[in-house]
Amino acid sequence: MARVLVLLGTKKGAFIAESDGERKDWSLRGPFCNTWPIHHFVADPATGAVHAAGGNEWFGPAIWTSRDLGESWTHSSRGLAYEEGKEPVSAAWSVAPRDGDILVGVQPAGLFRSTDGAESFEHVEGLQNHPTRPDWNAGGAGLILHSIVSDPVDGDRVWVGISSAGVFYTEDGGRTWEPRNRGTRADYFPEDQRYPEFGQCVHNIVRAADGKRLYQQNHCGMYRSDDGGASWQSIEKGLPSDFGFPAGAHPRDPETLYLIPLNGADKGRYVPEGKAAVWRTRDGGESWQDMRKGLPQENAFFGVLRQAMATDRMEPAGVYFGTGSGTLYGSADEGDSWFEIATHLPTISSVETYVID
Amino acid sequence: MEIGHNSGDHPVVARLQGVLTDLFPGSTRRVEMSARTVAEMIDELDRRWPGMGDRIRDTRPAIRKHMNVFVDGKRARLDTAIPRGAEVFIITAISGG
Repeated sequence: MARVLVLLGTKKGAFIAESDGERKDWSLRGPFCNTWPIHHFVADPATGAVHAAGGNEWFGPAIWTSRDLGESWTHSSRGLAYEEGKEPVSAAWSVAPRDGDILVGVQPAGLFRSTDGAESFEHVEGLQNHPTRPDWNAGGAGLILHSIVSDPVDGDRVWVGISSAGVFYTEDGGRTWEPRNRGTRADYFPEDQRYPEFGQCVHNIVRAADGKRLYQQNHCGMYRSDDGGASWQSIEKGLPSDFGFPAGAHPRDPETLYLIPLNGADKGRYVPEGKAAVWRTRDGGESWQDMRKGLPQENAFFGVLRQAMATDRMEPAGVYFGTGSGTLYGSADEGDSWFEIATHLPTISSVETYVID
Repeated sequence: MEIGHNSGDHPVVARLQGVLTDLFPGSTRRVEMSARTVAEMIDELDRRWPGMGDRIRDTRPAIRKHMNVFVDGKRARLDTAIPRGAEVFIITAISGG
């Protein structure tokens, strides 16, 4: 029977929750990574390794790697640095394995690549060389590169999300980049400047199951793109707010997306009215359904951070999200009902899944 | 303080915290070496345990904001000279949450 692992990055280390294909009984192990803050924790199915991206106030950035699912760990930041004199890399925020390469997003925003399994890293300089770079502004968490989406067919095509510079796209493996933000709003700019070329506060981008469509949760709205990010269409109608952080794409159906709208950027950033819901669309964002069964419906004042939701590839698909107050929720029926997997954890920064057949 | 005879022409001692040595299997909390400046000391630590230098200094280059290096009881910089026979303490600052 399949092993279903949910990988958690938290403010105080990485954790692994594990179940079988039924996803009823769960065990939890951790904290790993010497309790460093871990912003993103993923598996590379091609190698079986797991990689945790983090940064420690004392010791700086590193990628932690385990090749035995958490039994033993190494860490490295060799090459994960800008040239002398520039603002140093303070933390790694995202990690994305693909075809033997591992891309890493860092703070201040930049992209690095490892070709040796996260033992060493090279700066993908093209992004930092973009002419808009001097005008990038930091979001609430700093100037971070938090989302990395690769084309499943052509690995030279990559989209990244930077808060709050927006979405940038390369089709030559990172040598040259262009902003891809047309149609996304920046409500925090003057009224006549709310659709700029860059400067949007993208919170998360995910690729739909067809490998073509992109979905985006933004500081100002939820969006879909069917042309590789060249243009974005709002899909926020029917949702309780235009604000949230994570997005979760269904593993097989490109029309199905999960979002967790929060009450608003300036209203506390928790679930609306203290009642938790995951919102699901089955038609690409044309309509939405609030999924609440099993989730607290009174006095719930948690938020969910940008990388803290994921789906698994089981049938039916599992959906998972972790709260700022340290609870991991799961659904084994595509969001119809929910259960607690773990409680009282540190603030959960990221949730990813790894299914081992 | 006694320093072994294999510590070169400018023998000094680095004193490390467990929270740092825990990151580098085989590393020790008391390290004898020859080093004339804090930068040389960090270089030597990094030579013995690759990667340790990155944990202590950043690429400005400078000692990391939340790390402290004390030479003769005073906070030091990378270019601070280490007297022959001195003990140098490399310590994490008070921070966290």
